[in-house]
Amino acid sequence: MFASVLSTMGSVLVALYQASPLSPGGHSALHPSAPQAAHIEWLYWVIFWICFSAFVLTFAVFTRGSARTYISQPEPLPPIKEHPNDSKAVWYVGGAIAVTVLSLFAVLFMSVITGKQVEGATAEKNVLTIQITGHQWWWEIQYPNSQAYQTITTANEIHVPAGRRVIILTKSADVIHSFWAPSITGKRDVIPGPSSAFSFEVDKPGIYHGQCAEFCGLQHAHMGFSVIAEPEDQFEAWEKEQIAPARDPTTPDQLRGRQVFLTHACVMCHTIRGTDAGSRVGPDLTHIASRKMIAAETLPNTRGDLAGWISDPQVIKPGTLMVPNPMQPDDLQALITYLGSLQ
Amino acid sequence: MAISEPVLVADSDHIARLAQTWRQPPGFWGWFSNVHHTAIGTRYMVTSFIFLGLGGILAALMRIQLARPENGFLSPDTYNQFFTMHGSTMIFLFAVPMMFQGLGLYLVPLICGTRNIAFPRLAAFSYYIYLGGGLLLWIGLLTNTGADVGWFSYVPLAGPAFSPGKRADFWAQMITFTEVSALATAICIAVTILRHRAPGMTLNRMPIILWEKLVISFMIIFAMPSVMVVSSMLLLDRLIGTQFFNLALGGDVLLYQHLFWFFGHPEVYIIFLPGTAIVSTMVPVFSRRHIFGYTWIVVSVVATGFLGFGLWVHHMFATGIPQMSASFFTAASLVIVVPTATQFFCWIATIWNGRLQPRIPMLWIFGFFFVFLIGGLSGVMLASVPVNWQVHDTYFVVAHFHYVLIGGALFPMFAGLYYWLPKITGRMMDSTLCHWHFWLFFIGFNMTFFTMHFLGLRGMPRRIYTYSPDMHWGALNMLATCGVVFMTAGLVVFLVNFFHSKAYGDPAGNNPWAAGSLEWATTSPPPHYNFSELPTVNGREALWDNEPDQPIVVGLRDDVPEVLVTNTLDSDPEYREESAGPSIWPFLTSITVSAAFVGSIFTAWAIPVGAPPVIVTLIGWLWPRGHSPSAPVEAKERLTHG
Repeated sequence: MFASVLSTMGSVLVALYQASPLSPGGHSALHPSAPQAAHIEWLYWVIFWICFSAFVLTFAVFTRGSARTYISQPEPLPPIKEHPNDSKAVWYVGGAIAVTVLSLFAVLFMSVITGKQVEGATAEKNVLTIQITGHQWWWEIQYPNSQAYQTITTANEIHVPAGRRVIILTKSADVIHSFWAPSITGKRDVIPGPSSAFSFEVDKPGIYHGQCAEFCGLQHAHMGFSVIAEPEDQFEAWEKEQIAPARDPTTPDQLRGRQVFLTHACVMCHTIRGTDAGSRVGPDLTHIASRKMIAAETLPNTRGDLAGWISDPQVIKPGTLMVPNPMQPDDLQALITYLGSLQ
Repeated sequence: MAISEPVLVADSDHIARLAQTWRQPPGFWGWFSNVHHTAIGTRYMVTSFIFLGLGGILAALMRIQLARPENGFLSPDTYNQFFTMHGSTMIFLFAVPMMFQGLGLYLVPLICGTRNIAFPRLAAFSYYIYLGGGLLLWIGLLTNTGADVGWFSYVPLAGPAFSPGKRADFWAQMITFTEVSALATAICIAVTILRHRAPGMTLNRMPIILWEKLVISFMIIFAMPSVMVVSSMLLLDRLIGTQFFNLALGGDVLLYQHLFWFFGHPEVYIIFLPGTAIVSTMVPVFSRRHIFGYTWIVVSVVATGFLGFGLWVHHMFATGIPQMSASFFTAASLVIVVPTATQFFCWIATIWNGRLQPRIPMLWIFGFFFVFLIGGLSGVMLASVPVNWQVHDTYFVVAHFHYVLIGGALFPMFAGLYYWLPKITGRMMDSTLCHWHFWLFFIGFNMTFFTMHFLGLRGMPRRIYTYSPDMHWGALNMLATCGVVFMTAGLVVFLVNFFHSKAYGDPAGNNPWAAGSLEWATTSPPPHYNFSELPTVNGREALWDNEPDQPIVVGLRDDVPEVLVTNTLDSDPEYREESAGPSIWPFLTSITVSAAFVGSIFTAWAIPVGAPPVIVTLIGWLWPRGHSPSAPVEAKERLTHG
């Protein structure tokens, strides 16, 4: 009993440590992986220490003042109008206000400078432009190209070359969303109507998680995305693969799967380039097998999870716009085999 | 110097006549025609405390849902209704009604030294309208039409295309109800402060709490119309197909945010200034001295009232506004720190150069210093645009505003309740239970909300009903949920203390804290005529600065409910005015107005059909009845100080 309490407490402590800003790495505004987040992190700590000093000083003077004039006596003393030291206190209060004003001015100055650094324009020529569109409740990702057939459309996973500047153009298909990957840069609202742009560059290859930060309805909690930074050559390989239309089925099972796709409700909402499916309501599935997660980072992209998602998405993500698709087990298996072949 | 109390031994006939003149009607129907400010203020406090409990229950249920990753305790639909209802309830149905309307209506006439609020029937009307709005919102929740698009109801999510059904309409009409109520009360309180102060209470002798109530009244008068406009536009979009916010037809979704936050940010100060008023009232009383830096504090309060209108855009930094304007609003958000810091420094100087004799209310003032200071400083972080880009809409912000709102309103509110409940109930509160209440609540509060700073920095956005175990947010969320147990226990201790003390507490006497303002110059609880003899004032702390033979006001009739009207600047007596007596019409009017408001959720016909009954009840209310025959009106009479 005692041992189990101890071990529970131990695991709670470990979990607290992992969750605290002390633990290294992971998903945090204070563990930057891009210069944009790094500038903000620097500013955060400067302002933090200013505020921390202000708190300690103010609270210390308050406590000291309370302790030094404390009188423990039940009868209320007769009140006084002023104290002989009030004229001295005027100078201290005035001085404290002056220090406050100066500190605030410093905060303002550094905020403006940091803001310029984060938003800074780039002179680089080799910039990658990515169009993201917020949907209830997933992210459509496009790599625009003047040649329409070379435009890449995918969902929820943003591949970027590490070290290269990326410009993100925002758009919303329905309500207001907000694009936020804390270790890369601050958030930007994705508002229907005006499109806005911001940019970042990721230092190191890796997978960085992000999530919608503006309440956007029932499934706001399940509207994740990830930024996948890769070395330049890997990124180019990925690009080439994504530009190609969907692979043709090579086995009878895959062939049957494609048939299932084209004859069920799937085709009403999804695109698979190279087939007759061309609707743009839901995510483009041309290369779905190349994605790590499905349903806006809700489930890993495995056969079982995909099967569960296709047959009854409303159980996994209640309110999602995808409808349940009851079908014969054989059909479902074939469909999943086919989708699994769409590298 | 001894504290003289100007409650003279008046002759018993005079007191009997006053009691007869000012009595409020008894019985069930009497309850609906009572227009006395102490009764209305008490109703506001009790009702808003119940809403605090209801909002707290929703918060506890949400914390249970969030305690573990992928918890199935609440469905997303229920969770979204709960967080919307929690925010709307706490802001519109608890914070403002408790801190401004409840305490204000109860205390302002007493502190001014007058017998009733200005426009007592309007004050009564404001309470029924407030109650109507609260019932509407909560009946909505219980009938599965609980608002579910956040307490801010941003378009287009709250618009007709993405929120079918009537949920957002219930929210929008609740806004109309509570804002009408707040506006009505603001007018009553502003006029009372400007025109009903005791002779001698010139503007520069006004207790700071009156300055703050005056500034808040004006803030309400300027800020509330903005939110009424925007919620009405939303309702019109939804009900009759106007296209204010429809992008496709030239509407604008950001316009909604500007109008909402033009109200929303001053609202924060409308909630927080009453808290500082309580601190400015109590620090001198328990330091046994006049407040240090009266002028500085008054200037700070007035400056806050103006600056509060210049920072709304800091709620919208992430929308991608241009850098120049973002810098302007950062500067404005930082400037407002200065008046608040000035008040902190003056309170500390008051304590430093005073003789601190703390009593139980002071415990909550200490809590306020600790909690609000943290909240104010995390506010400095949020004012910085780049930091704001990171922590906006995360649990860091949730932590911040609970520190400022609970620190700036709830802690002072409890200080205020422990301080003034002896005046209201006539009984002292229990000290031991107060300590239990404080420490349970203080520890629980910090456990729940300090943790949230870390969650926000670790990337947890607001308003999500669940999260994946891979995010490693589980442990901190569990800790935050555990804090709720302590806070709840603290509140239960308070309720026990309240009911126990109300029945068995030591009698309070007129002035248990030996305080200086006029509400302590009458009995506890005060009679309906408030003061048997109206006091005059010699200094900022009326009772401390009294001369041994302080004059009283004579010449007011005691067979007619008369109040004294004084001029705004110097508080010289100008004339006597009959205070409106008990009447059922404010209640009837609130019924017809509510019917029109509620009806307009469902059909636009509610306005043409609902307006005539409103007009009829208004005519009934305003019908000139002359003066009661026993009280013929007399020409203005010079009042003498006797």
